[in-house]
Amino acid sequence: MIKQTLLSLGLALGLATGANAAGGESHIEDFDFSFEGPFGKFDQFQLQRGLQVFTEACSACHGLQYLYFRNLHDEGGPGLPEDQVKAYAKDFFVYDAEIDEDREAKLSDRFPPVVDSTAPDLTLMAKARAGFHGPAGLGINQIVKGMGGPEYIASILTGYTGEEKEEAGQVFYENTAFPGGWIAMPPPPIYDGELEFADGHANDAHHVSEDVAAFLMWTAEPKMMARKQAGLTAVIFLSVLAALLYLTNKKLWAPIKRKSQ
Amino acid sequence: MGGIPHDHYVPKSNFEKWLDARLPIVGLLYGTLMIPTPKNLNWMWIWGIVLTFCLVLQIITGIVLVMHYTPHVDQAFASIEHIMRNVEGGWAIRYIHMNGASLFFIAVYAHMFRGLYYGSYKAPREITWIIGMLIYLAMMATGFLGYVLPWGQMSFWGATVITGLFGAIPGIGEPIQTWLLGGPAVDNATLNRFFSLHYLLPFVIAGLVIVHIWAFHTTGNNNPTGVEVRRGSKEEAAKDTVPFWPYFVIKDLFALVVILAVFAAIVGFMPNYLGHPDNYIEANPLATPAHIVPEWYYLPFYAILRAITFDVLFLDAKFLGVLCMFGAIFVMVLAPWLDTSSVRSGRFRPMFKWWFAILVIDFFVLMWCGARPAEGMVPTISLIGTIYWFGYFLIILPILGVIEKPLPQPATIEEDFDAHYPPKAGVADGTATATQPAE
Repeated sequence: MIKQTLLSLGLALGLATGANAAGGESHIEDFDFSFEGPFGKFDQFQLQRGLQVFTEACSACHGLQYLYFRNLHDEGGPGLPEDQVKAYAKDFFVYDAEIDEDREAKLSDRFPPVVDSTAPDLTLMAKARAGFHGPAGLGINQIVKGMGGPEYIASILTGYTGEEKEEAGQVFYENTAFPGGWIAMPPPPIYDGELEFADGHANDAHHVSEDVAAFLMWTAEPKMMARKQAGLTAVIFLSVLAALLYLTNKKLWAPIKRKSQ
Repeated sequence: MGGIPHDHYVPKSNFEKWLDARLPIVGLLYGTLMIPTPKNLNWMWIWGIVLTFCLVLQIITGIVLVMHYTPHVDQAFASIEHIMRNVEGGWAIRYIHMNGASLFFIAVYAHMFRGLYYGSYKAPREITWIIGMLIYLAMMATGFLGYVLPWGQMSFWGATVITGLFGAIPGIGEPIQTWLLGGPAVDNATLNRFFSLHYLLPFVIAGLVIVHIWAFHTTGNNNPTGVEVRRGSKEEAAKDTVPFWPYFVIKDLFALVVILAVFAAIVGFMPNYLGHPDNYIEANPLATPAHIVPEWYYLPFYAILRAITFDVLFLDAKFLGVLCMFGAIFVMVLAPWLDTSSVRSGRFRPMFKWWFAILVIDFFVLMWCGARPAEGMVPTISLIGTIYWFGYFLIILPILGVIEKPLPQPATIEEDFDAHYPPKAGVADGTATATQPAE
């Protein structure tokens, strides 16, 4: 993983001065995710670790309102066994309108919405924070480097400098990835060694951030693997069809263009 | 159909005669499909088929999406996520519809610039051109209305900005804006009427497309030389043309499939690349996005809108911007009368070629300007781009026709075709086979 300050590079190349759409001098690191590119796939074990990070660190404030518990069992996602997902869901309480009170969550329930009203829902975050079309707004980094929302999320999580300031009664934390440089979200509890992974995977802040960013990419785009598979099939099928039509067209026009067949 | 002499449908069997006396639909389809088409058409004449395909694709995917969509401010955003997650194949339908709009606009811009370069708008095809511009306007409206439906941040703020343009009209602006929105601000009433109109307009476009095809089937297609098909006799016309079926149907299908392969790659591998990420945040009237940016296909005209940053006399900058934006499209409508050159095709216009090339570059520069925050050099570049856009249509086109010395044109389409595909010695003249389908 090469550390690159792509946005500042983009700005240097750009004709526009001042802040760009992503909001200025934020530094987005280019992580190497397994799901980048046309053939990229989600790493099932990374998604499982990411789920753990979300559960232990993020879910205290953030919700995942568009994700169903049953999705954790889906192919192409974390792929957890059904009984394990059931047991996991029991730790969450959701409001049931029929009995007019909270009860333990079931597979058919969605994750609870936002816990803290100032913390945005995370389901679509990885798609909603892909807005750095560098350099100079041309979108080249997105195509060439696969830069997107997961990079932004992981960069935010690793971008805290430790500096704080108070403004109008609210504490802001300095963050190198956040547009403007000061973020209201306190540093999440993902410091080096804070979490323990069952598979013994590296648990430094960098890896933990990467795992949860990958998990949030999956929550935003759970059908990504089916989509890429369908896209590949379609491209191959259409290419073969195009080749056949090319030959048909050539033969059809040969007498008109006086070419021997 | 049309002024080019060709064979007409003759009902043969008793049933055909019976049907033809009551409804001459077979003859209509035959005439449409077998229309004599200039045989020298190049690859820029494929966009019509692509556009027709896009319209059908958008209507079909749109009808399916409506089955699962909820037009209510509290549920619209969630119903899109429902389509993406729970509806079988819903993600595919939605991504195809979303990117289908982009393909539609790529094709329409290629089609329009083709017409501008080869002088397809000139007499006798002015009506075809004007109908085409109406289709383009209806597409812009449909695209804008559709973009509001997912009820994301850009949907909401885009709707606020665009309807605000009408509010800039002095005096009557605000009542018009309120009437369009169904209230003082973008809200549930707005979403509902936009949904209704988004479903209506594609069928209006379909009707206009039929008139568009009718018009150019009456005049015959233009072609890269701009020289008209000879119409003296059926034999003469047959030397310049081949029937649309099968020659151009197969050619156009080949081009369409190549384009669809690229389209499939975009839908499959980067479906959100052309969209704005903020539209994955639910609409929030209390939080304005840092930069409100329309979809890419509006960007050149959005740049023209923002290029006017100064008041002139009693007109304020905002209203002038609105006038310029609509004016930029209106000057295109006037192109048939602004272009004074007697030569149709840009191929034989040595000076026009360069001014046209600058217009194409100008279009992309304006598109880039529209996407950038209005800071630094961007407003200046936008203003220069706007001046060139108007200058091209209002000054350059009229003057070029007078001062330019055109290159010699081929006498006939056949001559141009033969220059590319010379008749071989000892081989029978190719035109004899032109009226018959290949074996």
